[in-house]
Amino acid sequence: MAYSEKVIDHYEKPRNVGSLDSKDQHVGTGLVGAPACGDVMKLQVKITDDGRIEDAKFKTFGCGSAIASSSLITEWIKGKTIQEALEIKNKDVAEYLELPPVKIHCSVLAEDAIKSAIKDYQSKQEGKV
Amino acid sequence: MKEKKQIYLDYQATTPCDPRVVEKMMPYLSELYGNAHSRTHDHGWQAEQAVERAREQVAQIINASPKEIIFTSGATESNNLAIKGVAEFYKDKKKHIITCKTEHKCVLESCRWLERNGFDITYLDVETNGLVNLNTLKKAIRPDTLLVSIMAVNNEIGVIQPLAEIGKICRENGVFFHTDAAQAVGKIPIDVEAMQIDLLSISGHKLYGPKGIGALYVRRKPRVRLVSQISGGGQERGMRSGTLPVFLCVGLGEACAIAEKEMATELEKIQELSDRFQAKLEEKLPQIYLNGDAKQRYPGNLNISFAHVEGEGLMMGIKNLSVSSGSACTSASLEPSYVLKSLGVDEELAHTSLRIGIGRFTTKEEVDQAAEDIIAAVSHLREMSPLWEMAQAGIDLKSIQWSGH
Repeated sequence: MAYSEKVIDHYEKPRNVGSLDSKDQHVGTGLVGAPACGDVMKLQVKITDDGRIEDAKFKTFGCGSAIASSSLITEWIKGKTIQEALEIKNKDVAEYLELPPVKIHCSVLAEDAIKSAIKDYQSKQEGKV
Repeated sequence: MKEKKQIYLDYQATTPCDPRVVEKMMPYLSELYGNAHSRTHDHGWQAEQAVERAREQVAQIINASPKEIIFTSGATESNNLAIKGVAEFYKDKKKHIITCKTEHKCVLESCRWLERNGFDITYLDVETNGLVNLNTLKKAIRPDTLLVSIMAVNNEIGVIQPLAEIGKICRENGVFFHTDAAQAVGKIPIDVEAMQIDLLSISGHKLYGPKGIGALYVRRKPRVRLVSQISGGGQERGMRSGTLPVFLCVGLGEACAIAEKEMATELEKIQELSDRFQAKLEEKLPQIYLNGDAKQRYPGNLNISFAHVEGEGLMMGIKNLSVSSGSACTSASLEPSYVLKSLGVDEELAHTSLRIGIGRFTTKEEVDQAAEDIIAAVSHLREMSPLWEMAQAGIDLKSIQWSGH
């Protein structure tokens, strides 16, 4: 199976690999997928008080397309507002990375990871009140 | 990135045709073009002579008689012919066949086909080391058991099934014993007499011969009968019609002759390379697991799980190594290997496995380079793996409610 140049670029030079302090009130963590399925993504976002994503980090267990999808979305969501980040759809990721049909689930996972990380942040904020 | 030399480590998928084999085949692709079945002229006789010489060479490597060797297009056809052909001939007397869950797809699919056509099939489980339990086999034999089909060397994990013991059990119970020896012939000693094998499948391209040819050994004493699966001119003693590809027969024969002569030294070399490679990996990488029995195996097949690193992602990081992934994510299905599953390997670990094949033309330098590249890629990907991070933090991955997808 041939990977697109964009997948290879993100696989070889992944952006924003790492972890943020998950206990930080400004950090939201999303952990999606399952080891038994061969894909797990951990996406973390650090969100400012005015609702802007100032930092994003990821770690991914999965194939090249899964790693590239998570790397790409960290790049995309950085600097965006929560609302803007939630508007990113898996289709955008799949199209940009030219994922073949069998790899579409990687982009779905990436979209889920954004939603899950933001939801975690929001529940932390609600808990504070 | 600097371009690295591509290293071939997928000897279970196929082996390169030995140059000595190619040389022997060449005349039969040019001036010696006769049909081996033409009995009336010199062109035919020359071709026939070459085919019969090849048949002897094939017979010799498994201690059979040339009359017991049927040329086919490969092990897939041999396995189909053995299982379906025997079943069809004896179907009025016996209707039960025993095989095991880690067999090659062509054996399993042949059995499923028979199942749809009125046969009873028992698919034996294997132990966690990949081997068939002999007591389980004994218990599975019934009065109407016709055939036991158990492979010699497993293509995914390299374990060697206890052929002689299985042969003995089968003979004592009046059951035919077929073995798919595609990964075994030419690699490890096989003796159809000592192992009491009744039918045995051979593949040309797995033993440094050409693709498109194989053979089926069919025992004559006590005689095994089968119904041909291809209708035609009745070649190969009526068991396999079709004009023989003389150059391929010559190639398979020569490949067997070379393998027989060099097997002992080759096996020793492969064992050394395999041990060296494994030791290098184990020295640098914690949490790696060899799948299948550690001792009863062909050393040229190493199936290793690298915990917390997904196999296909790993293969992308070692593009200069031609290896195979047990994760099977590269194929159309996203299911991990059914063989690893049968061993009871965790699904997560099944997704992290690579099959590394070492063979006749593998060098020490290649093995060292491969180990170095795999160590670098696994270390890099573990740094990027949330599972590795969690495991390092002492979190039990099984305690987590995974979302799946």
